[in-house]
Amino acid sequence: MTTLTTASAARPFAASLRRLFGNRAILFGAVILLVVVLAALLAPWIAPYAPNKLSIVNKLKGPSLGHLFGTDEFGRDIFSRAIFAGRISLLVSLGVVCISTVLGVLLGVAAGFFRRLDAPISRLLDAMMSFPDILLAIALVAALGPSLATVILALGITYAPRLARIVRGSTLVLRELPYIEAAVAMGLPTWQILLRHVLLNLASPILVQATFVFASAMLAEASLSFLGVGVSTDMPTWGTMLASGREYMNNAPWLMVFPGLAIVFSVLSLQLLGDGLRDLVDPRLAKES
Amino acid sequence: MARIARTLLNRLGGMLVVLAIVVTVVFVIVRVTPGDPAAVMLGSDATPQDIADLRTKMGLDAPLIVQYVQFVLGLLRGDLGQSIFLNQPVTQALASRAEPTFFLTLFSILIAVSIALPVGVLSAVRRGTLFDQIVVTLTMVAASVPSFWLGLLLIQVLAVGQGWFPASGYGGPDTTFLVRLHHLVLPAIALGVVNSALITRFTRAAMLDVLGDDYVRTARAKGAGEGRVILKHALKNAMIPIITVIGLSIAMLVAGAVVTETVFGLPGIGNLVVSAVLRRDYPVIQGALLVVAAIYVLINFAVDMLYVLVDPRVRL
Amino acid sequence: MRENASAGQPVLSIENLTTAFRTPDGWRAVIRDISLQVHAGETVAIVGESGSGKSVTALSTMRLLPPDRARCEGRILLEGRDLLKASEAEMRAVRGGSIGMIFQEPMTSLNPVFTIGNQIAEALVLHQALSWKAAEAEALRLMERVRIPAAKARLHEYPHKFSGGMRQRVMIAMALACRPKLLIADEPTTALDVTIQAEILHLIRELQREENMGVLFITHDMGVVAEVADRTVVMFRGDMVETGSTEKIFAAPRAIYTKSLLASIPRLGTMGEARSPRRFPEVDPETGMATGGRETKAVAPEAAPILKVDNLTVRFDLPNGRVHAVENVSFDLRPGETLALVGESGCGKSTTGRAIIRLIEPTAGSIVVDGQDVTRAGTRALRAMRRTSQMIFQDPFASLNPRITIGSAIAEPMLAHGLMGKRESKARVAELLEQVGLSPAMADRYPHEFSGGQRQRVSIARALALEPKLIVADEAVSALDVSVKAQVSNLLLDLQEKRQLAYLFISHDMAVVERVSHRVAVMYLGEIVEIGPRAAIFGNPRHPYTRRLISAVPLPDPSRRGMARPMLNEEIKSPVRAHDYVPPKRTYLEVSPGHFVQDTAMAEIASLSA
Repeated sequence: MTTLTTASAARPFAASLRRLFGNRAILFGAVILLVVVLAALLAPWIAPYAPNKLSIVNKLKGPSLGHLFGTDEFGRDIFSRAIFAGRISLLVSLGVVCISTVLGVLLGVAAGFFRRLDAPISRLLDAMMSFPDILLAIALVAALGPSLATVILALGITYAPRLARIVRGSTLVLRELPYIEAAVAMGLPTWQILLRHVLLNLASPILVQATFVFASAMLAEASLSFLGVGVSTDMPTWGTMLASGREYMNNAPWLMVFPGLAIVFSVLSLQLLGDGLRDLVDPRLAKES
Repeated sequence: MARIARTLLNRLGGMLVVLAIVVTVVFVIVRVTPGDPAAVMLGSDATPQDIADLRTKMGLDAPLIVQYVQFVLGLLRGDLGQSIFLNQPVTQALASRAEPTFFLTLFSILIAVSIALPVGVLSAVRRGTLFDQIVVTLTMVAASVPSFWLGLLLIQVLAVGQGWFPASGYGGPDTTFLVRLHHLVLPAIALGVVNSALITRFTRAAMLDVLGDDYVRTARAKGAGEGRVILKHALKNAMIPIITVIGLSIAMLVAGAVVTETVFGLPGIGNLVVSAVLRRDYPVIQGALLVVAAIYVLINFAVDMLYVLVDPRVRL
Repeated sequence: MRENASAGQPVLSIENLTTAFRTPDGWRAVIRDISLQVHAGETVAIVGESGSGKSVTALSTMRLLPPDRARCEGRILLEGRDLLKASEAEMRAVRGGSIGMIFQEPMTSLNPVFTIGNQIAEALVLHQALSWKAAEAEALRLMERVRIPAAKARLHEYPHKFSGGMRQRVMIAMALACRPKLLIADEPTTALDVTIQAEILHLIRELQREENMGVLFITHDMGVVAEVADRTVVMFRGDMVETGSTEKIFAAPRAIYTKSLLASIPRLGTMGEARSPRRFPEVDPETGMATGGRETKAVAPEAAPILKVDNLTVRFDLPNGRVHAVENVSFDLRPGETLALVGESGCGKSTTGRAIIRLIEPTAGSIVVDGQDVTRAGTRALRAMRRTSQMIFQDPFASLNPRITIGSAIAEPMLAHGLMGKRESKARVAELLEQVGLSPAMADRYPHEFSGGQRQRVSIARALALEPKLIVADEAVSALDVSVKAQVSNLLLDLQEKRQLAYLFISHDMAVVERVSHRVAVMYLGEIVEIGPRAAIFGNPRHPYTRRLISAVPLPDPSRRGMARPMLNEEIKSPVRAHDYVPPKRTYLEVSPGHFVQDTAMAEIASLSA
């Protein structure tokens, strides 16, 4: 099992980087995601127009050099709007990932490690998972009122059980491993066993799953805004752009094509990343999601 | 048979517990609304008297625990409350919208499974070939497409462009089933294709997993041909996790149906829910959520029972 | 048998076989230039440690390696026909037709979703064009032939209802269904208990005689080789290092590797009257010569026991019964002493060890470690107790956290118990690594950079970190290759001498147990059936189960092959009983000083020795 050559053992960081980007899926995913993230972060500087700048003279113009993605019914520049919309989408998804990961890891580790908590937590997860994700999210948004925070919270609650399931399963496997038993036999305090031995070894499956939740959250956010129950702000989102562009799609198909492609590419980058990471971390996990 | 009966009883108990939690969660969700739901529902130009009347009508004046008990008792009688806006019982509203949703879900799962199973199996068997790489790439892309966007594209190309299918609606109330079916083709494709991507990937992974198992080697050592090894020995074992994912994907289809129905203007439960959310029609939201979750729990129960047939080891 | 074996054309003749696997850096040969012949009625063993390429040789013969990732060169002649040139369709007729094969893992080698009858019948349908009905009737006959009790009733059962030994019988029935000329057996008994192993070996031998088949037998166990093989091929890292008649190889090995292999293996019955354990001889890898193997120092007889177990009972409730995992087990253990707990899978030996470490809650009884009753210890007392007793686990690959450096893993218990600060612990880790024969410079490495034997040394260092007085070693050397097993066992013996450690040595390997222990307790179905000094247990076993256990161990000595063995058609019984079962009261007879035998009901003894 001494597979590491001396060269890579000497520079483990470089070696793991090479391993990481030697995987084509990860490389493509990371590059696309980087473009999406940079575009969103630098939106005010790279967008040629303000996202809400009206120009009735220029309404419903097709793609051209002046307006790469064309203009909408109010003459707003689709390219600029799509870039700004990425900010909301990324912000929401990132928030969702944080909330669902924290909740999911807490519930999953608790259910997997402490036998007594397993049955009640698992039943709760079963119940939460029996609500279709969009339906649960829109019900929560309807109850809490549509705002950035509530959308994040609603989707975070919706996706937490998914993560919790995976974490619980991995914890159950881990708990039986001799090195965990050895830690118990050595008299290590439980919190230390959980942190050093359980969580440390869960990091990879959690990372993989969080990437997939990121992708799902992005799709769900787009669906919610498309339905008109998403984040209500003046800022465009890909979903609202599609919803309003719908009416004009016969004459101005670019209104739907570009925001749609923005969603597809962003989600695809995350799927690629998650898939590649999963293959890298543990081929056996491939059947889990 | 005793084995099956025992498993059935055991699972039945578990299912009832889950259902009880579902009911409670639904009750809580609708009541976490900040402020007064009655005021929210009626909007800004309602008089205090209107609001008070609505509160009484919805039973909001009673303490929470009483509301909960009344809610559960109502459920046991099959009463999901009254929709203020539709002016009809929620059960009736749901029942009248059930047909399009049912057929949409049914057809899209049929489309998804009939694409996913053969393609996933073949892709696993031909692992690493050009075919496999194309499948892996396509499913990855398809899983990244929002179904509503695919729906919009389909409408644009096949309905508006080619005129092969109606762009929207479910036909009139008096149309034949064939006409309605025609209306369902595009939405079922939009929903089915996206989900088939997920099931294909899963089928491929499950098959790859099983193909590495020892008993597959035993079958080959016995002299079984590849066809027999794959279709008999591997597939039956791979079906065990695949059944689970098909069960799970039904929930995703229902979630997708909410959006797809809106895109295609299908008068289904999804459409009802979206308009209920926009109108803050809480009893309808509550009822729909409950019914959909309960159906899902029942489907999962059925999936568990299927296990007993496929996997002789299952016994609880 | 050998006379008719050497005559005529061999059934299988492998000539200069080289198999290469595709790796990221191109093709890499895993076996090189292998040549061997198997004649009708003859058994040829391929023996070697893990990674020697013995299984690859077998799979190459069947052409079961994936063609896109493995490539074979040379010739594999089955009755003169080159299998490497055969078409895939022809190979299908060969697999299961002319060559039958059985594998190491009976638990996973049968398809879980088809009945036993269906799986045996399939081979007949495939090769003999029988109808399913006729094939099932023939399957029933085959099941009877491999002596599966109540075959008719079990024909329609699924594999999960069968024990490991029974599943291996099913595999044999399947492999022999079409009366092959050659049987390839790839470690067929490695996963089985030793008494079951004896039965399966016996069965293969009998069927071979009846059918006059050639058998290619792959194993890592020199005892099994001596027991079954007419001729032997020794493999080492992909090369064939020696081949010849089994007698010759055991009596006068020529290759250095064979010499060192034979020198390292523990031989049952070679300890005589020695009172203390004896170190394994040191084998010089250059010459294969063995030296040393002295007896360790005796235990101080007057020392007070470090561990006293009284009427320990562990039961688990199942939905349809209760597992009586451990019933009324009592023994004590003194500093510097090794008590071996032996028995077959499911006998409760591991559960006993884990209850003593309190990884499992005992149902009843008391465990006194160093004067402290563990069963009544609260959280704080328990933590203190954890310093006195430590455990070493079987699987060297799973007993270290892959994400923590080994230095940090060894320091962890000392830091957790607040014995010292970070800086001091570094020095202590270096010291411990040296004591277990590793370089202190290795402290910053991760477990995956170590071999199995090295990892087991790390686990030992970690167990020693708290300066325990008692170590429970649960199959601690069982997963290791022969030479490494000897080295790690020696390390344990040296540490015991130096530190007066008490070992509870849990093992199924009778030969190792005889070597390393002072006293031995034999467990069967959760109870101790016999306990006493090592020499008494091995020299004068009194309980029928002990006798059966010892006689089932294959000896690495071909001249003692086939010594009378009980041919039992019975699996070890299960410790699962009805909820209302009350275990009988047991009494023990002291047959010689310190040697106790359970005075069981005669019926049970009769059933065992039938």
